Parts: sequence; C-alpha cells; structure tokens
Amino acid sequence: MNTIFILAASVALISSLMSITNRNAIHALLYLILSLLSISIIFYISGAPFIAALEVIVYAGAIMVLFIFVVMILNIGLEEEIENKWLKPRMWVLPVILASALLAILVYAMRELHSADTVAGIITPKQVGVSLFTTYLIAVEIAAVLLMAGIIGAYHLGKQKKKVIHRFLVKQSANEKTGSN
Amino acid sequence: MVTLSMEIQLLFAGMLFLIGLVGFLVRRNVIYMLLSIEIMLNSAGLAFVIAGSHWMQTDGQVMFIFILTVSAAEVSVGLSLILQMYHHFRTLDANALKKLHDKK
Repeated sequence: MNTIFILAASVALISSLMSITNRNAIHALLYLILSLLSISIIFYISGAPFIAALEVIVYAGAIMVLFIFVVMILNIGLEEEIENKWLKPRMWVLPVILASALLAILVYAMRELHSADTVAGIITPKQVGVSLFTTYLIAVEIAAVLLMAGIIGAYHLGKQKKKVIHRFLVKQSANEKTGSN
Repeated sequence: MVTLSMEIQLLFAGMLFLIGLVGFLVRRNVIYMLLSIEIMLNSAGLAFVIAGSHWMQTDGQVMFIFILTVSAAEVSVGLSLILQMYHHFRTLDANALKKLHDKK
C-alpha cells in the first residue's frame, strides 16, 4: 500500500509541476488531468471510493473540459508548433512514463488487492450521503444557492456585451430604424 | 496490510498546495493562475479527506464535496471572466490589467 501511495503521489507531484511550468496550455491541462487521476488513486487507497469517483467525474471530467473548451475558444498556444515537434521523444516520454505508472498501479490493484487489503476502514457513499442530508443539510442548500449564483454569474459574464449606448440614444436609434422601415 | 502514516499523506497534500501556490505566484497567464488555484483547492480537499479517513468520520468527505462545489462555481465564473478579458484586452497577461494602477 505504501508503494502504491508513493508511486501515485510522485506521479501527482511531477505532473502538477509539469502543468504549471508547461508553455502550452493544452499540454498543461492534460498534465493536470493526469495529476487529478493519481490523486483519485490516493483517495481510493485512503478509504474514500466515493470521493475518488467524484474526483474523476467532476474534476477530470467536467471542470477540465471547461478549461479545455476555453483554451480552444481563445485559440492560444504557441504558433510555431508543428506535428513533427510533437512526435519527438522528449515531448511524449514523460507523459508516457507517468501514465504507465498509473496503469501499473491499476493492473497491480486489480490482480493483487482484495477489498480486505485496503486501508483500515472504508467510508461508504451511504454514510457520506446520510451525513450530507442530516448534519450538513443547510450547507447543502447553501451550496445549491452558490451553484445557482455561479450559473447566473457565468451566463451574465459570458454574454457578448453590446456597445454601450445611452438609453436616450437607443430609443432614438430604434425610432429611426422603425421610421426608415 | 500496512496503514499509511497520516504525516506522509498530509505532507504530500502540503507539497501539492505549495506547487499550486508557486504556480499562482509565478505565472502571469490568467488561465495558468486559475489552474494553480484548482491545484490548491484540490490539495486542501485531499487534506480534508485524509483527516476524515484517519478518524473514520464522514465530515472530511462532506467537506470535499463542498470544496468541489466551490471550485466548480469558481471555475465557471473565472473562465467567463477570462473570456471577457480576452475580448476586451486581447491578452491573457494579468499584468496587462493595470487600469487601476496609480501612474506617477
């Protein structure tokens, strides 16, 4: 178990470092996804399978896709990139090593580990859910309000703003438009 | 079965937080700054889950779910702010936003 932890932790640390030092935004995001996956392994071996699944689904699945969409919309990145450069070994060796470390952990866990081998206690999703909807009910409602505010804020800020014209001028221009029609 | 020592796990969470903090302070591209904030939030959640599993309480995992909510809301608003910033200034450099800077 310690080996798995150390392997996953080093993958997470290296890929986080690579993601903040990388010049290419898409590569940085892919490194961050690798880091999130290895952190999810750490959640799993510390007895939190529900959180491990949430980490993969919400963080690596949803939030990172948002990031990638924005990076693609803005079309940033280095212009001089050519596919030839990507095919050089120094571009893909490190990601391959990190990802194959995660694969090795997965294969080892599927072949060797049984549920009794995991850490001292597993906190099941049921316990988490019961705690969420009894003790922390008010906090769940506040979180719902927060998400609503997030949706409205993102919608409002994401709108393409029209040119700012004074109300009087808007009325005038509207009148002119109807007059011309 | 070998139980992991909590100190090493918390040390790992701290190192991850440090990486995020360094990234936030060093990079000036706003996308990377948001990404570093994500790393920091994630490591804080990791510390919560580790502590919760150490004492066999669900509170750590519940707190991680709230951190997840906060970070989802923060990312959506932050990314739309980044889009607006790109439309207005045609750059992603945080140092370009100096309109409030006191010119002397």
